[in-house]
Amino acid sequence: MLASFVSRRRWWIISLTLFIIFSSSAGIKNLNFNNDYRAYFSQENPQLQAFEAIQKTYNKSDNILFILKPAGGNVFDPMVLQAIYQLTTKAWQLPFSSRVDSLTNFQHTVADGDELLVADLVHDPASLTQEQIRSIKQVALNEPMLVDRVISKSGHVSGVNVTVQLPEKNLKETVEVVNQARQLAWDIEGAYPEIKVYLSGVVMMSNAFVESALNDSKTLIPVMYAIVLAVALLSLRSFSAVFGVVLLILFSITAALGVFSWFGGVLTGTSAVSPTIILTIAVADSIHLLANMLHYMRIGYRKRKAIRRSLRANFQPILLTNLTTMVGFITMNFSDAPPLRDLGNISALGVAFACMLTIFFLPALMSVLPVKVKVKLKSKDEQNLSNLNRLSLFVIRHRKVLLTANALIAIFVTSFASMNELNDDFVKYFDETVDFRRATDFLNENMGGIDSIEFSIHAGEEGGINEPDFLQKLERFSLWLKQQPEVKNVNIITDIFKRLNKNMHGDDPAWYKLPDQRDLAAQYLLTYEMSLPYGLDLNNQINVDKSATRVIVTLGKLNSNQILAVESRFNEWLRQNMPEAKTEAASTSLMFAHIGKRNSENMILGSSFELGVISFILIVAFRSLRLGLISLIPNLVPMGVAFGIWGLIDGQISLGISVVASITFGIVVDDTVHFISKYRRARVELRKPSPVAVYYASSSAGEALWITTMILVSGFIVLSFSHFTVNSGMGLLSAITISIGLFMDMLFLPPLLMLLDKK
Amino acid sequence: MKTLLLTLIISFWAYPCFAGTDEEKGLQIMQEVDRRDAGFGNSRADVKMILKSSSSGEETLRLLRMDTLEVAGDGNKGLSIFDSPRDVKGTAFLSFTHALEPDEQWLYLPALKRVKRISSSNKSGPFVGSEFAFEDLTSFEVPKYKYKYLRDEKVNDQDCFVIELYPQYEESGYTRQISWIDKERYIPLKVEYYDRKDALLKTLEFKGYRQYLNQYWRADEMLMTNHQTGKSTTLLSENFKFRTGLTVRDFDQNTLQRAR
Repeated sequence: MLASFVSRRRWWIISLTLFIIFSSSAGIKNLNFNNDYRAYFSQENPQLQAFEAIQKTYNKSDNILFILKPAGGNVFDPMVLQAIYQLTTKAWQLPFSSRVDSLTNFQHTVADGDELLVADLVHDPASLTQEQIRSIKQVALNEPMLVDRVISKSGHVSGVNVTVQLPEKNLKETVEVVNQARQLAWDIEGAYPEIKVYLSGVVMMSNAFVESALNDSKTLIPVMYAIVLAVALLSLRSFSAVFGVVLLILFSITAALGVFSWFGGVLTGTSAVSPTIILTIAVADSIHLLANMLHYMRIGYRKRKAIRRSLRANFQPILLTNLTTMVGFITMNFSDAPPLRDLGNISALGVAFACMLTIFFLPALMSVLPVKVKVKLKSKDEQNLSNLNRLSLFVIRHRKVLLTANALIAIFVTSFASMNELNDDFVKYFDETVDFRRATDFLNENMGGIDSIEFSIHAGEEGGINEPDFLQKLERFSLWLKQQPEVKNVNIITDIFKRLNKNMHGDDPAWYKLPDQRDLAAQYLLTYEMSLPYGLDLNNQINVDKSATRVIVTLGKLNSNQILAVESRFNEWLRQNMPEAKTEAASTSLMFAHIGKRNSENMILGSSFELGVISFILIVAFRSLRLGLISLIPNLVPMGVAFGIWGLIDGQISLGISVVASITFGIVVDDTVHFISKYRRARVELRKPSPVAVYYASSSAGEALWITTMILVSGFIVLSFSHFTVNSGMGLLSAITISIGLFMDMLFLPPLLMLLDKK
Repeated sequence: MKTLLLTLIISFWAYPCFAGTDEEKGLQIMQEVDRRDAGFGNSRADVKMILKSSSSGEETLRLLRMDTLEVAGDGNKGLSIFDSPRDVKGTAFLSFTHALEPDEQWLYLPALKRVKRISSSNKSGPFVGSEFAFEDLTSFEVPKYKYKYLRDEKVNDQDCFVIELYPQYEESGYTRQISWIDKERYIPLKVEYYDRKDALLKTLEFKGYRQYLNQYWRADEMLMTNHQTGKSTTLLSENFKFRTGLTVRDFDQNTLQRAR
């Protein structure tokens, strides 16, 4: 009925489709990229909330860190100091910069009689004597605020940290800052060829997310198209059919992105992957239909009749497989990371469009386009079929061995899944070809790392941070922190207080200790605050009413589990030693360290939901509880096996990996649906015994399963070449899972059916 | 006809006519501003600073008394005594401001019972953690800036000259300021501050101007808003008193310790 409707109303369908597709796609022109790394966290995310609370109280800590590596291995050299000085001065000109901290503009305090001199550590680098450089080195390498923050312990590498306040009004802000920062780095390298400049920091990370996505779309998507065209041409051998496939892919992608944009969506490095996924799935849909149509034409049917027969045979499986695939993608809404939700929703939309287009538009289009095939009685298709038949006979003959062997292998490999551990190390989101990764690895190896934890510690009353008791406890915290092996630098006000106390007593080292009176401490602080120049104030360390202070702990190279362990150890110390003080801990590192766990927990819930929904769909579709439940087994096994393999080859479960189960479950199920729907037809309609039905199913569905699986696997493998490891890991593991899915459908599902579906 | 002519003459006299380039016009307007505020001698006021943090809604108070001594041909001398917060009560800040030379500044710390001289490179820095920089609070002196008249514009229905000011002293935190000068009273109604990268940093608004001694205008409220951080500071002045008998000897580092 549907088939004849489509062929009668073909022009009407084509016009309506074009109208729907073009009006949906029009949204694309508003589609934008979000290059704030915070896009990876939902508004409800507690670590994001804590982080934003700290940023509201103190100044924001989004930064660009220039790391200078002089070839001579010595920063304390007139030429290098000159470069740092120049970079510092120019960095104030970077867009949205609000603060620049470097070796040269460090506010060094000295006593001169009754005068407190507060001035740049290096003010006139061109005229420095050796004596002066020695004293600068002496000060810098003994200053707790500087070591491993802007100067390495041995003085061979130095950093210039630029704090930026992005107004967050325009998505191009990050790109603007990054471009100018890069220009500045090149200028410095040009003027001082012996100095290499690296760029790291949170802003560079945000930028890397988007840049790697754009690079992917430049390199991976064309490859993807080439593969799809090649596969389509090889398997269909008809230009009109391939034209139909290409149109269907384009339409599904643009319409899905268009609708996403109509709803106000903004792309991220992860959701930008969706076109690749839609492409892969759309092509699989259309090939099922077209291969079947061409098959009928080759054995002598007229075109119209071939279209009708193909549509009739494929309508139910196409609808069903797309439905389960969509359920899989929609399940990604359980994720805590909005880009993954977006990826799921865009892909689900794309699948919906692809499904509609395959059922209505593609047959209509084929009926108006000229399609020429050579009619042959024994086509190459049948040659393939006989290969499949041989496989199927082998499976029927050795079903018991296969059943046991497969079950044992599956259990064995799955057991390695326990080797996986959650780890979201945001530096490792990028492979070594990405500048940000190289710069940050260099930073981690040569100075304090990029990971940090910020604490906001409340003294409980206005001016309370000046209370000697509070300061003493803070100092104990500081000393304890500095003993921890993971800690590189502690930025804490007690170091400032001690230095001021010394300065106020004629620089007598004996007074390098905390002031013991509250009013004295407050007055020291006032004196110091009143001496600081523009942009270098204490607002980033002390809140407005001086009731709370921020402690920034810079950590060495750690993975996310280690960061979580460190966090709880620090918090435990505070609970034991400063139980009366309200404290908050937050940082970018903590946000990423927690998201893996949060996300995985959500995705486990999501996958259970998905399992329930898909089982229900299958049971209803097959009108058999038994078949529905049996069909789940070959779909669950590939998940376990794939994660087992992952445990052996990688073992790190990051954001991208955590959603693979949801994506692939909806796809792996498709093969089973095709197989079982043919099997069921043989069992119910033709009343054949189980082994005959298995033979029938693999000979009629086998070829399409192989082709579509190949396309899907190549699609996801292409994705695995991304330099953005969230995407590449997702691609690789999905490809593994889908391949195993086919293997199981060929070698494990048939024996299982013959064992469990006997009567 | 005679009356009309007279009115015209009077208004020309009262309303100086500025001629020449925009730079000259700007300079002439600001000279007039300076001229009209000259001769107040000295003043005292009680000042309340309200520091507001943008989004967190935190608010904190500073109370101080500010004495000012006019110095002809140079920057004014100022003495500020803190009453609150409690921890810094009695701290006194003495400053000799200069047009182009660095300012001289001393701080008396009661807890240490000592006078400390502090660095002069802090002009661009915040005054007691507020959104006001030192350079925003020191007296206006003509040689501090170069000027350019931009246009006429209304602020709150008042006709204003819009003048651009380029700091000539060292270590300023600004590339330029834009000032809206009331055409009638020659007082600023609004100032915009542009930072080192020439991005809008802050806006200062003057509210509740009152005239003292039939000549000198002082604002009850000055609101400084930082557009980059979202923080703001309100400076409320009360009990303005003029010509109270303050002399140079009251603005002396030796007497600083006795200031209460």
